[in-house]
Amino acid sequence: MAKHKTPLLDQLESGPWPSFVSDLKQEAEARAKNENNIEYQIPADVCDDLLGVLELSFKHGKTHWKHGGIVGVFGYGGGVIGRYCDQPEAFPGVAHFHTMRVNQPAGKFYKTDYLKKICDLWELRGSGLTNMHGSTGDIILLGTTTPQLEEVFYELTHNFNQDLGGSGSNLRTPADCIGQARCEYACYDTQAICHTFTQEYQDELHRPAFPYKFKFKFDGCPNCCVASIARSDMSFIGTWRDEIRIDQAAVKAYVGGELMPNAGAHAGRDWGAFDINKEVVDLCPTSCMRYEGGKLEINNKECTRCMHCINVMPRALRIGNDRGLSILVGAKAPILDGAQMGSLLVPFIKVEEPYDEIKEVIENIWDWWMEEGKNRERLGELIRRQGFQKLLEVTNIKPVPQHVQAPRTNPYIFWKEDEVEGGFTRDIEEFRKDHKR
Amino acid sequence: MAFISSGYNPAKPMENRITDIGPRKYDEFYPPVIAKNKGKWLYHEILEPGVLVHVSETGDEVYTVRVGGCRFMSVTHIREMCEIADKHCNGYLRFTTRNNIEYMVDTKDKAMALKKDLDSRKFAGGSYKFPVGGTGAGITNIIHTQGWIHCHTPATDASGPVKAAMDVLFDDFKNMRLPAHLRVSLACCLNMCGAVHCSDIAILGYHRKPPLLDHEYLDKMCEIPLAIAACPTAAIKPSKVEFKGEKLNSVAVKNERCMFCGNCYTMCPSMPLADKEGDGIVIMVGGKVSNRISDPKFSKVAVAFIPNEPPRWPKTTDCIKKIVETYAKDANKYERLGEWAERIGWERFFEKCELEFTHHLIDDFRDSAYYTWRQTTNFKF
Repeated sequence: MAKHKTPLLDQLESGPWPSFVSDLKQEAEARAKNENNIEYQIPADVCDDLLGVLELSFKHGKTHWKHGGIVGVFGYGGGVIGRYCDQPEAFPGVAHFHTMRVNQPAGKFYKTDYLKKICDLWELRGSGLTNMHGSTGDIILLGTTTPQLEEVFYELTHNFNQDLGGSGSNLRTPADCIGQARCEYACYDTQAICHTFTQEYQDELHRPAFPYKFKFKFDGCPNCCVASIARSDMSFIGTWRDEIRIDQAAVKAYVGGELMPNAGAHAGRDWGAFDINKEVVDLCPTSCMRYEGGKLEINNKECTRCMHCINVMPRALRIGNDRGLSILVGAKAPILDGAQMGSLLVPFIKVEEPYDEIKEVIENIWDWWMEEGKNRERLGELIRRQGFQKLLEVTNIKPVPQHVQAPRTNPYIFWKEDEVEGGFTRDIEEFRKDHKR
Repeated sequence: MAFISSGYNPAKPMENRITDIGPRKYDEFYPPVIAKNKGKWLYHEILEPGVLVHVSETGDEVYTVRVGGCRFMSVTHIREMCEIADKHCNGYLRFTTRNNIEYMVDTKDKAMALKKDLDSRKFAGGSYKFPVGGTGAGITNIIHTQGWIHCHTPATDASGPVKAAMDVLFDDFKNMRLPAHLRVSLACCLNMCGAVHCSDIAILGYHRKPPLLDHEYLDKMCEIPLAIAACPTAAIKPSKVEFKGEKLNSVAVKNERCMFCGNCYTMCPSMPLADKEGDGIVIMVGGKVSNRISDPKFSKVAVAFIPNEPPRWPKTTDCIKKIVETYAKDANKYERLGEWAERIGWERFFEKCELEFTHHLIDDFRDSAYYTWRQTTNFKF
C-alpha cells in the first residue's frame, strides 16, 4: 500500500516511454518489503516520500527543495550537493536528500559486477535512486543524509577504488565521446586523454580554487557527440590535416545502390535512389569535391573537415592519417551574459602522451583566469571582457586567420606603445614649433 | 535501524584516508571485442532502428543494441539492466551521452535475441522498460536536468515533461523517417545544466516574476553585495526596510529591469522566484552542435511561454509535435531543423509551424541583439 496518494504522477505511468514514476514506485515497494533484510541507513520510506513531495510539486507547480546547504566530505570542496526538503514534517524520509557525484569511467563502459556493487552500496546508504548519468557525466547518487556522506566516500575509496566528481567552482568531471573504442571517426583516443587529465588535475577537481566552474570535454571528431563546442570551457575536437582516404570501389558501390548512404540512418523513408551529386558533392560547404567519370575527387586543401561526406559514405571515405585535435575555448550556457560557443584557439595540435603541449595551453589559461577572472565569471566571459588578443598573449599563441570568422569591421585598434615607431612620449613644445596655438 | 560503519572513524577523519584517486580506468570495463579492436574500426551500419554493427579491420564485428533510458533510475532497474547484460553480453554494458544504454554482442543472432528480450520487459504501469531505438535520422532520448525531483531553482519539472514528450515522439524514437537526426533537450531553468541552448528543439523552464524579498531573513541568510553583484542587469540595489518596527538591511529590485534569470536566488535563498502562474516553458528551436555542412548554431526562441500543465504538459507536447511534423514534411534530406528554418526563412518557419510571432521573440538583450534584426530588403511576404 503506497504511503502517499499520487493521482497526478500516476498519469505518467501509461504510454510507451519508460515511466520514471513506475520505477520510483517499484523501488518504494522493494524497500517496504525489504526481502533481503537490509539494515537501511537512511529512512526506508525515502522513495515513498519522494513520490509524495513530487506529487505536491505537480499540484503546486513549484519545487519543494530548499536552496543547497554546505555539506561535503572532509578535505573536498565538491562532489556533494546538499539538498533539504522544505516540507520535512510531511515528508521526513527526504528531509535530508543530498546528492553525491561519482566520477564515471571515461566512455561510460561498465562491468555489471561494478554496477551491482554500486547498487548495493546505494541501497544500504542512500535512497536507491540515481541518475545514469548527470548532464556533466557523473554517476549521480541521489538522496542521502549527512552522516552517510563520509561512510559512502570511505566505501568508494576503500572498496571501489573510486573517487567523487566535481561540483562548485572546480574543474568539473571531464567527459568524452565513445571515441576510438567503437567509432571509426575518432581522430584521437578520447578516453585516454580524458582519464589522464582527470587524474592529472585531481586537486583542481576536488578543491575549489577557480572563479567559477570549468569544464573539459573531448569529442573525437567534428560531429561533436558530447557537445563540447557548446558547453565546455575547453573543448577538444579531433581533426586531421592531410587527406580524406577514398576507396573508389566503395564510392561506386554507394552510387550503384549496393551500400546504404549514411550507414542506413535514413532507412525509415523512401528518399529515392542515392544521388552522389545531390547528396554529397552539392552539399559540400566548400565545394571542394567533384564526381566525374565514376571517380570522386576531393580538393583536400580546401576541405574544412565538416564530416558530411564521411558521414554519408563511411565505407568509402575515412578520416585522414595525420590526426590531432583543435582546441576551442569559452563555451557556456546563457547564464549570465548570454550563451557562447567555443572559439577556436589552437587549430591543430598532435595528441601524444604525456600531452605536455596541451597541458601548457590549459595551465596558461588557468593562470590568467585565476588571476583576472571575477567571482562567477566563466572563461568565455573573461575572454570577451579582456579580448581575444589577451588570450593569445597569455597562451603565447600566434594570431592566424583561422582564429576569426572575419577581420574586425572597425579600425579601433588598441595599438601598444612598442608597436608604434617612436613610442607615445612626445614633446608638446616640439609640436607647437610647427603648429601654432 | 542500526548504524553500520564503513570503517570510517569520525574522531580521526584522516586515519587511512584515501583521496584524489579519480575514476576507475576505462579499459577495465571494455568488452574484449572493444579492447581488441580499439582504433581499428572501419565502418558502421544501422541494421534497423536501435541496432548497429561496427566492423573492424581485423574482421571482428560488434553489434550494439541501443535502449532508451530515463536518466533517473532506481537500483532495482539498474540491477535488471545488469541481469540482461549478464545473460546476453558477458556482463558488459555502457551508457551514451544522451542517457541511452548500449548492449554489445558479437553476432547478429545474439543481437536479435537480446532485442526480443528487451522488448518483452514492461513496467507494472504498462510502459516499456527498455525500448530499442534512438539511432539515425530519428529522435533519440531527451537529455534533461533534475526538475522538481531534486533541484531548488526549477521553473518546470524535468522527468515529467520528458516522459510526456517522449510518449508523443515515441514513433520517431523507433523509426528513422526524418530528414536528419533531431535532438530534443530539456533544462528546467536558465542555468541550463544540459546543453539545451544548441538543440534542434529545447524545452526550457522559465520564471516570469521577479524575486520575492524575504526581508526578515535576507541580511541574515545572504551576503547582500554578492546578491547585488549577481544581477546581470543591475536591477538589484541595497535598501533599508522597516520590518516590525526595526530597520533592516535588505535589497530592492527594479522589476522592469529583471529578466528572471534567478541568479540572485542562486546567491541568496531569501530571493525566491518560483510561482505557479509565473513559471512555465520556453520552446527554442534550430540549434546544433555538429559542424556538419553548417556551423554549430544556438537554438532560437520560437515560443516565449507555455504554462506548466502537469502531469502531461499537453500544450508543450502539441507544440513540439507540430514543429517535428512540419520539419519532417518540408525539410530536405540531411537538413537539420535549424538549417531548414534558415533556408526557408524564419518568417516562413512561423507560418508553416502555425506559431504566433510576438515581440518577446525579438532580441533586446545586449549588443548581440542587433545582429538578429534584419539589415536587408531580402525577406519573404
